[in-house]
Amino acid sequence: MNTLRKTWHPYVSPFDPCTPIKVKTYSTPPNLYMGFQPPGLEQFTPMQALRAGTLWKAFYDPWYSPYEKAREGQQP
Amino acid sequence: MWVYEKKLQYPVRVSTCNPKLAKYLIEQYGGADGELAAALRYLNQRYSIPDKVIGLLTDIGTEEFAHLEMIATMVYKLTKDAAPDQMKAAGLGAHYANHDNALFYNNAAGAPWTASYIQAKGDPIADLYEDIAAEEKARATYQWIINMSDDPDLNDGLRFLREREIIHSQRFREAVEILKEERDKKKFF
Repeated sequence: MNTLRKTWHPYVSPFDPCTPIKVKTYSTPPNLYMGFQPPGLEQFTPMQALRAGTLWKAFYDPWYSPYEKAREGQQP
Repeated sequence: MWVYEKKLQYPVRVSTCNPKLAKYLIEQYGGADGELAAALRYLNQRYSIPDKVIGLLTDIGTEEFAHLEMIATMVYKLTKDAAPDQMKAAGLGAHYANHDNALFYNNAAGAPWTASYIQAKGDPIADLYEDIAAEEKARATYQWIINMSDDPDLNDGLRFLREREIIHSQRFREAVEILKEERDKKKFF
């Protein structure tokens, strides 16, 4: 449950006109699991927090384009 | 009343003149789940929401205007020196005919912003659930724009904005929890 990306396998028809995407992913960010934020969570430093967009490490879930990563030769 | 601070919430850097990206990014400016719709939605709903969560709507609605300003800066930088030919090639020919290189509140398909994008039902749970949905939709929109963009500097700013959507959604969810608890308390009277 506590992964921030989920995957699923859409049906692939033998007659699909485009190259089928066999695995699709979607985002399940931390806010879905937290409920009311408990006290005492770990914090970024103020400078890190300004860059990250959140003070709380538990809520940090940046999105990178899978295509951009593929271009860089990394795993999506 | 607002106090204006003459700087952006997060620095906006754009590495290439790319009017095509501006055409997609305008979705977050004048689209249904864009920053304008978000700001106006929250700053309007706050009048009829229980006292305990008015401040939250005020704060988030205000921050949405700071995001609107960032998106405006991004779109402006992406198009400011684009010649009519470049605008046409980017699919912005109709926009250029109507607005020159000015910004306008419309979505990526060119449909102008409309108040029917937002709701105020007066029911606190209904309104907060709409707000949560709006934040998740804006988060997803940022994902799709990042997927289409190959400008690393711009993506940096977009990632910041997407992270803020996650935090806003979290705070709206907490607001719902606060109101649920309030309702339970009455049972003990």
